[in-house]
Amino acid sequence: MAWDFAADKPIYPQIVERIKQDIFRGHYKAGDKLPSVRELALEAAVNPNTMQRAFAHLEEEGFIETQRNSGRTVTTNQDVLDAGKKEMAEALTLEYLEKMKSMGSDAADAARLIEKLRKEI
Amino acid sequence: MDYILECLSLTKKYSTVTALDKINLSIPKGKIIGLLGPNGSGKTTLIKLASGLLVPTAGEILVNNMKPCVATKKLVSYLPDNTYLRINLKVRDVLEYFNDFYADFNMDKAREMLKSLDIDEKRRLKELSKGGREKVQLILVMSREAKLYMLDEPIAGVDPAARDYILSTVVSNYSEGATVILSTHLLYDIEKFLDEFIIIKDGKIAMQSTVDEVREEHGKSLDLLFREVFKC
Repeated sequence: MAWDFAADKPIYPQIVERIKQDIFRGHYKAGDKLPSVRELALEAAVNPNTMQRAFAHLEEEGFIETQRNSGRTVTTNQDVLDAGKKEMAEALTLEYLEKMKSMGSDAADAARLIEKLRKEI
Repeated sequence: MDYILECLSLTKKYSTVTALDKINLSIPKGKIIGLLGPNGSGKTTLIKLASGLLVPTAGEILVNNMKPCVATKKLVSYLPDNTYLRINLKVRDVLEYFNDFYADFNMDKAREMLKSLDIDEKRRLKELSKGGREKVQLILVMSREAKLYMLDEPIAGVDPAARDYILSTVVSNYSEGATVILSTHLLYDIEKFLDEFIIIKDGKIAMQSTVDEVREEHGKSLDLLFREVFKC
């Protein structure tokens, strides 16, 4: 199944985010071998060069590492993974709070709402 | 920089109509390039010039640093915008036909792609749907190990649900380091496969950029931008 991409944003950062999510939720675990650029480009239905660019970005940020003989693996540096997950969670939360603010609800309202809904899930 | 296709002040006139007007272009190796533009903008003319089917009125077109000739035809794999295969033939027969005709035809690759797109080799072309015939032709053209693929509106008749699958199959199978130039109106489906795009308007290059640059700069997809620019 091809990956879904928002039309109003560049494609490669969306790929980066998607792969990070896959790592954070444990689909790819620390030290796991990742599929090749071609395989993942095929799965995502994107240009292989765009996938390559996303991999290069993830490598630069330290999330993945190129092994001499065995392709790319997820980093085993837990600090990088924890910091990355925290950063993504904070960005999502801020985005949510901004949207709440734009409809006149403040952070306290948001917190109460989350607390209420959390019990109902 | 090593270019697979270069146009130097390339001009093509059909009697009084100027289809391409002093175009300058340099297309690098190893890219997938979208050739966009409204009907009659000169897309097909450019594709035919690169394939050696038309001769420039003025200026130059170079494929791998050569003027189109027998040698460049070996490097260029061309998908025309209409069918040229006899529809009485079986899929298996046209495979043999291509295999005979082109030294760079990779039969295994063709069979593999036909299989993954679920096309039976024993069927006659006329028994396939329009989309089915388009798939066969695209597979034939992409199974050559060419340096430059010129595709004139591929998969226009293929149902939207199957386009992603076909395009990814094609994109992940074409020969390494080769360039694909494809003209299309189906930007919504195709833009995520492109490295770069070129918009032709009235025989001139109106824009040349990448999909992500457009999205970055305009906050919208190439598909939407194109619709706005060429709104009637």
